[in-house]
Amino acid sequence: MRTFIIKQLLQAVGVCLVISMISFFLLFLNTDPALLLLPPEAEVSDIAKFKKQMGLDRPVVVQYFDFLGKVVLQGDFGNSFLAKVPAAKLVRERLPATVELALAALILVNLVALPVGIISAIRRYSLLDNVATFTALLGQAMPLYWFGIMLIIVFGVWLRWFPISGSDTWAHLVLPAITLASWILPINMRLVRSGMLDVLNQDYIRTARAKGLVERKVLIKHAFKNAAIPVITITGMQLGALLGGAVVTETVFAWPGLGRLAVDSIRMGDYPVVQAIVVVFALFVVIGNFAADILAALIDPRIRLE
Amino acid sequence: MAEIPTSNPEIDEAAPSVLSLVLRKMWHLRMGVLGALLIFCLIFIALFCPYVSPHDPFKQDITKRLWKPAFMEGGKAEYLLGTDHLGRDLLTRILYGTRISLVVGLAAVILMLTVGVTLGLVAGYFGGRADAVISFLVNCMMGFPFILLAMSLVAVLGASLQNIIIALGLTGWPVFTRVTRIETMKLRDREFVLAAKSLAFSTRRILVRHILPNLLPAILVLATVEVARAIIRESLLSFLGLGIQPPTPSWGVMLAEGRDYMLLQWWLAAFPGMAIFMSALGINLLGDALRDLVDPYLRKT
Amino acid sequence: MGPLIPDSRFPSHSTSAPAVGDGYLLEVQGLKKHFPIRKGLLGRTVGYVYAVDGVSFAIRRGETLGLVGESGCGKSTIGRCLLRLYEATDGQIFFQGMDISKLSPGEMIQFRTRIQMIFQDPYSSLNPRLRVREIIGESLRVHNLVPQGDWQDRVRELLAEVGLQPDHMARYPHEFSGGQRQRIGVARSLAMNPDLIVADEPVSALDVSIQAQVINLLDSLKDKHGLSYIVIAHDLAVVEHISDRIAVMYLGKLVETARDRDLYLNPKHPYTEALLSAVPIPAPGGRERRKSRKLIQGDVASPINPPSGCRFHTRCLKTMEECRRIDPPLIEIGPEHHVACLLWGGGRS
Repeated sequence: MRTFIIKQLLQAVGVCLVISMISFFLLFLNTDPALLLLPPEAEVSDIAKFKKQMGLDRPVVVQYFDFLGKVVLQGDFGNSFLAKVPAAKLVRERLPATVELALAALILVNLVALPVGIISAIRRYSLLDNVATFTALLGQAMPLYWFGIMLIIVFGVWLRWFPISGSDTWAHLVLPAITLASWILPINMRLVRSGMLDVLNQDYIRTARAKGLVERKVLIKHAFKNAAIPVITITGMQLGALLGGAVVTETVFAWPGLGRLAVDSIRMGDYPVVQAIVVVFALFVVIGNFAADILAALIDPRIRLE
Repeated sequence: MAEIPTSNPEIDEAAPSVLSLVLRKMWHLRMGVLGALLIFCLIFIALFCPYVSPHDPFKQDITKRLWKPAFMEGGKAEYLLGTDHLGRDLLTRILYGTRISLVVGLAAVILMLTVGVTLGLVAGYFGGRADAVISFLVNCMMGFPFILLAMSLVAVLGASLQNIIIALGLTGWPVFTRVTRIETMKLRDREFVLAAKSLAFSTRRILVRHILPNLLPAILVLATVEVARAIIRESLLSFLGLGIQPPTPSWGVMLAEGRDYMLLQWWLAAFPGMAIFMSALGINLLGDALRDLVDPYLRKT
Repeated sequence: MGPLIPDSRFPSHSTSAPAVGDGYLLEVQGLKKHFPIRKGLLGRTVGYVYAVDGVSFAIRRGETLGLVGESGCGKSTIGRCLLRLYEATDGQIFFQGMDISKLSPGEMIQFRTRIQMIFQDPYSSLNPRLRVREIIGESLRVHNLVPQGDWQDRVRELLAEVGLQPDHMARYPHEFSGGQRQRIGVARSLAMNPDLIVADEPVSALDVSIQAQVINLLDSLKDKHGLSYIVIAHDLAVVEHISDRIAVMYLGKLVETARDRDLYLNPKHPYTEALLSAVPIPAPGGRERRKSRKLIQGDVASPINPPSGCRFHTRCLKTMEECRRIDPPLIEIGPEHHVACLLWGGGRS
């Protein structure tokens, strides 16, 4: 078990490093960063002086390690080009909004996916199961932003049940949360269903049921317990998709979170902020996957042996 | 199919009757046919849209802006789905958008295939360090939200049709590598591969003529689904302003434009989105049907 | 050691010392193949599967050797080492006097044309995506074994030789039965015109009624093409008909080798006797012994952790005290008859 954890940990660290490298080099791919920072009329000598001052004339590898050091030790990503404040500060300001949205979406998803998935598995091919499968199929083809816009139009404009942008009250949270939840729901439903099916099909349960030995309550409790833990692992795996969906959802609903910041920053070429967001997202995804893997291995020892 | 009697009728699995299984199979087939029909329509439209569309997708006419669709009161019959903020016919633009979506979808998937399958073959067949490196790369990329990567790539490269295809292709290959790798590893120990080795065939020949053809079913199914995903992603990028630029009629661009007019002219956002949805749905249906077809075949061999 | 039989296809290679006796097509000396078992974070090797642990034998041109043993005894591994599909851990293999581990790439191709394999599973030994004519004819085209354009005729010839309809060459493997697929496999090997064919459990996956057909096919081809065979099987009945000599394996080592008749009439090793007692074919003169069915006791030992001393001692009914300590070497006890058993000598290790 310990070797497994260490292996996963190393992999997680490796992934973070690679992502940090990618995000760092993003800056260099496009243009000379000095040119970005200085006004266009700058003279060549000014540029050279500026570069020396900012340390931009050092070899790229050195600059990378400098960047890495600053990030890891101080959480310093440099200053935003546009806002002239530390990028990390911007990220910190916007993070809670995204977390709030993500949590709301997760709660919604599990509220629906868990019961639907479990019942679908217990009563396979029943009406509920078929409806759920069909919905999942539709959901996977549905572009997220379109769904969000449709929700806005129907519930925000026509019915006027909910506000359509901003984030002041909890009512503002409803539509975005539903939208984001719909992004994850199809896959979650399927995963819960198949996880539950696995549990139900385990031989000892079938035998017990055939012998009529198992009490209803005990069975349900056991099945739920075994199916509920995978929820955590599923969520861990879905973190990446969740964050990706958040980017879109926030843009559609003008929700003041990291996602929207990311889009704006990329559009404006505000690279320090982009780097910060990429690293933060990567951290979330990596930690989420790591936790999910460890949990999964705890539950199913076979995974450790790979 | 006899039901095993238990003392817990409430939580019995609804033992699937033969009828329901048959219905399910027919349902799958019918869905697959529906999907194929949708795709056929798509391709037809993409090829022949100049002849099928009532108007010119680029012709602007400010006097005609924001007209309602024909089926609403106040709408004109010649503009079936209304006009956008520059007076262009929405229906025509949606039809022309088919071209963009299909081109981008197919091209991106071809790029993904090329990179992904090659890496998967190398990782699966040769194993060892190559496999370790490639698998690590795949794991890196799989969990990460594609959006950030793709957006950044486009921002760096500049937003154009080509660059979107590149960005999509370079962010979408890992899933192909993962599948190819697993299938290759299963295949490389099969006896006919050993036989090929014992016949002194070059590694290249073994990979291309013996392993690759046996990978095709799995890859084909995956490719189909990925085309749908690529179409959705392209429209997403365009929606965020990092994709196809106006005035080219990409559905994503139209959605973005429509968003500004959500309050009153809802059709500007609804119909392009519907187009994306139907296309993706059709492709997914076909992909599911393909997977059903392919699975028993895989097992038979 | 006498001079080699010169073979124009194999150029003399100065780096491998000729160490083969007269006329031996194939000579195996001390062959070992150990598969490492890896565990842990860094893939440390925590043990080995001693699949083949010191096997020596030789075959003359035109001879057929039956290699027999139960599942997991290493016989298939030997077959694959012979074709260099696996690299031997230790020991040497000489084919027509050449040390096959020291061949250059060009010589490897030559080598591969001389020795071929027929595989066990008819359902996975043929590429399901290729037509039969390509399966058989691919080697012809790749190695230019026939003039371009003639390869299809040659495929037809080969199909006829193995008893299949030449018109069927446009079909796919799944359209054939198991026995027919094995015949296709035979045709594929024949296409290369080899000197030696290693048949790895060629009939194990077939119905009993078909087994005889395929074995007979191999037999008839043997004389026609001057082939030598190594037939690997777990059933003595399969190899009895076609083999000139038989080698019995247990847990990675040879326990007895003898001429066909000698093995049946005069088995020395307890394991051989046990195998024979399971054979339903009556052999002249052997009826007496066959009456008392000798069984083995105990479970199959593991090639990861072989028993000490004589590997068979844990299951042997005639085991003695020394058997636990001493691993008996293969000793000659008669003309071309070798046994590795303390009952017959070799008590001093």
